[in-house]
Amino acid sequence: MSADLKCNFAGIKSPNPFWLASAPPSNTGAQVHKAFESGWGGAVWKTIGPPVLNVSNRYGSWSHNGQKMVGINNVELISDRPIEINLREISEVKRAWPDRAVIVSAMVESTPDAWREIVHQIEDTGADGIELNYGCPHGMSERGMGSAVGQVPEYCEQITSWVKNESRIPVIVKLTPNISNIVGPARAALAGGADAISLINTLNSITGVDLDSFEISPNIGGKGGHGGYAGPAVKPIALNMLAAVASDDIIKASGIPVSAMGGIATWRDAAEFFLLGARSVQVCTAVMHYGFRIIEDLCDGLTNWMDSKGFESLGDFCGLSLDRISAFQDFDLSFKAAARIDSTKCIKCDLCYIACNDAAHQCIDLVSSNGDRVQPGFNIRSSGRYEAVESRPQPIVREDACVGCRLCYNVCPVEGCIEMVEVPTGRASVTWGEITQSRPEITQSWEAMKRYRHEVGIEIH
Amino acid sequence: MALGDEARATKWRDPLAEGFGPLTRHEAAIEANRCLYCFDAPCTHACPTHIDIPRFIKKLATGNLLGSAKTILESNLLGATCARVCPVQELCEGTCVLGADKNPISIGRLQRFATDSVHSDLFSAGEPTGMKVAVVGSGPASLSCAGELAKLGHSVTIFEKRPLPGGLSTYGIISIREPTEVAIGEAEMISRLGVHFAYGVEVESIDELHESFDAIFLGLGLGATPDLQIPGEELIEDGLSYIEKSKVDRESLRVGTHVAVIGAGNTAIDCATIAKRLGAKTVTMVYRRSENEMTAYQHEYEFIRKEGIEFEFLAQPVGVIADGGRIKGLLCARMELGEPDETGRRSPIQAPGTSFVIEVDQVVKAIGQKKPFLNVDTHNGFVAVTEDFETSKAGVFAGGDCIRSRGAASTVMAVQDGKLAAIAIDKRLRGMAREVL
Repeated sequence: MSADLKCNFAGIKSPNPFWLASAPPSNTGAQVHKAFESGWGGAVWKTIGPPVLNVSNRYGSWSHNGQKMVGINNVELISDRPIEINLREISEVKRAWPDRAVIVSAMVESTPDAWREIVHQIEDTGADGIELNYGCPHGMSERGMGSAVGQVPEYCEQITSWVKNESRIPVIVKLTPNISNIVGPARAALAGGADAISLINTLNSITGVDLDSFEISPNIGGKGGHGGYAGPAVKPIALNMLAAVASDDIIKASGIPVSAMGGIATWRDAAEFFLLGARSVQVCTAVMHYGFRIIEDLCDGLTNWMDSKGFESLGDFCGLSLDRISAFQDFDLSFKAAARIDSTKCIKCDLCYIACNDAAHQCIDLVSSNGDRVQPGFNIRSSGRYEAVESRPQPIVREDACVGCRLCYNVCPVEGCIEMVEVPTGRASVTWGEITQSRPEITQSWEAMKRYRHEVGIEIH
Repeated sequence: MALGDEARATKWRDPLAEGFGPLTRHEAAIEANRCLYCFDAPCTHACPTHIDIPRFIKKLATGNLLGSAKTILESNLLGATCARVCPVQELCEGTCVLGADKNPISIGRLQRFATDSVHSDLFSAGEPTGMKVAVVGSGPASLSCAGELAKLGHSVTIFEKRPLPGGLSTYGIISIREPTEVAIGEAEMISRLGVHFAYGVEVESIDELHESFDAIFLGLGLGATPDLQIPGEELIEDGLSYIEKSKVDRESLRVGTHVAVIGAGNTAIDCATIAKRLGAKTVTMVYRRSENEMTAYQHEYEFIRKEGIEFEFLAQPVGVIADGGRIKGLLCARMELGEPDETGRRSPIQAPGTSFVIEVDQVVKAIGQKKPFLNVDTHNGFVAVTEDFETSKAGVFAGGDCIRSRGAASTVMAVQDGKLAAIAIDKRLRGMAREVL
């Protein structure tokens, strides 16, 4: 039996939870048709709104170690196509694809009249929902729209309430990450009556400077500036913002769903967002890199993973990891892990050794085949494959000295070679919060800390 | 019409042109990024000249071509030659930690990319010391030694009996692996460091030379191919001159229709490849032992099998059959393998009454090289040297094939000999200078 990917997000139904994010891939009817033919569950139309003119170049990207487009930024504005054409194509697409989610992203001048007009225009297309773009960090924000709204909770609430007063279809508020605490605008959207939240929009960024021409990337006629950053590089930021919103007491109590995006390129990424509380996910950069065809493995991979875990529907695992999100002060200070290197898998690249010794806690040794601890290096008279391979020492962790920082695990290029093993400390479970409560002097005096460490047996190397 | 234009117009490609194409910048970047940047890397240990391989590869990955080439040449001035001729499977690539997945980094090809990409001089001559060193021969050991000494400020003169520099790199390695220009380009780089090259000069007396120089380095290599001592020997082509002609005087090389190559080392393999690629219908390698005792590298053996070259193992040439100075065949005796000899390989023993003829019209011999004749002490026929590469004559140093009792990886080993000898010579000369003061 195969898992069911059907998605019901604030009453918007789609055959799977993968939607095109409001972005260049959902710019035209032809593109969205093609995306739906490829199997996408929904699409958030590229933002419509007031007249704009675009510039070129529009996209900058960051490549790392030969991997292209780890991050992409853009200075593209909302749709520059005439609004009537967009509205006509939206209604055509929705008529042709009644089972798919068609959501229209919008951004207009911050007046009730402007919002009333666009809400009614969108409703007339037969679209399933409206997404309020409070996120665009460039261009539109200079005109008082996009992130200029998203960064001020009062504006978020007010505009959301204007829209909610007019709209008969679900309203999703899309939040900007260019803010110190995203929970504020999320609560404001809720207070304004939003039916759902989506996050994250793009991050302010400059992708680079050309080392020959000294131009900013992307170069716009000799100038450049900040653009919205997206792609695999932003995924950890998006996960954190999703977790912050989804675990907020007020948001949680409201039951308002979150549609998540930010660097989702594979079903694995998507599953992580679901585990942290997303109810649908949106994708842009991966489509810009590889095309609509990636939907096949997004669905196939997620289905197979759900089957392997015994999950029958998205609801079975949405938010499953959310209650693990915790403040530092609630972590168990008595939990300890130590690194263990599997010598049968180790290829002796010694990346763990140098990382531990130069950048961590100096607890990995090089051990020769006869058990001696040795220093790196070799005799310059020695050469050849045999001598180099046979004499190569094995990196071994001194477990009693290992603080369990996990740097070696992170740098090891071999799957399953370094394991972080839980080491019993024999100490009773205790958190920083509990210590602060019961023995506050320990948190204030190094002398008291020393005595406490001695008392419970915590040794710092 | 220039020669190159004509070649392009007819789409003619030299059958002996360098075998591997150069990596493109994109290919090099992908390969360079695949390198894990091992710490205290085994490839660097395995390299006889200990090039800091992860460092030069990461410099390639960051687009620092100049720094990459310099990293290579700092350890090995003949990095461009070694990138082509090194048996990398036995050295750097053979230790690559990614080899566990059967896909080691192509270190040799990356090294070639780096060294071929940089055309400016990366080193300059050191502050002059006033000391003079004579270097005899201009093969890899000599060029390495001369270049390092020049960097240290010594005045160096190379004496080369031939018209071109480079020794075996220029004359003795098939151009599929190393075109002549590469070796000559390296010698030109050494020359730009201020090293003087005296061509067409054969040094007759070391002692006489020593009167005009403060130290001497002998990088003479080995001698001609030894005699087989069989009837008709005078009709047999010498393997080294066969390769030489193919590289520097192609017009004068006569390739038979059916060719026998005697020997099974890397020179024999080069000769067989040349014969086959330049038009021989059949090429048969004749070797008195079996496949298992061949000294050629495994990858060379696999290469030559793909070239369509045939093998006659356990066959000892006993005479050339000729008619009026024209070869008709090679008379061989069938051998059997006996007890292992001092090299650990099983010795061939002639099986009585089993002679047979391989019908060929050309015979090439590549059965090793004669040991050098020099007025210094030897060990097993090779020049005996100390840890510091000094011969039995004080102030006379030696390196390369003339001191090497095993042939493996001879080019890169020679480069390292030259480098270490230069360090020892420098130390000696600076000591002498202090004494004078």
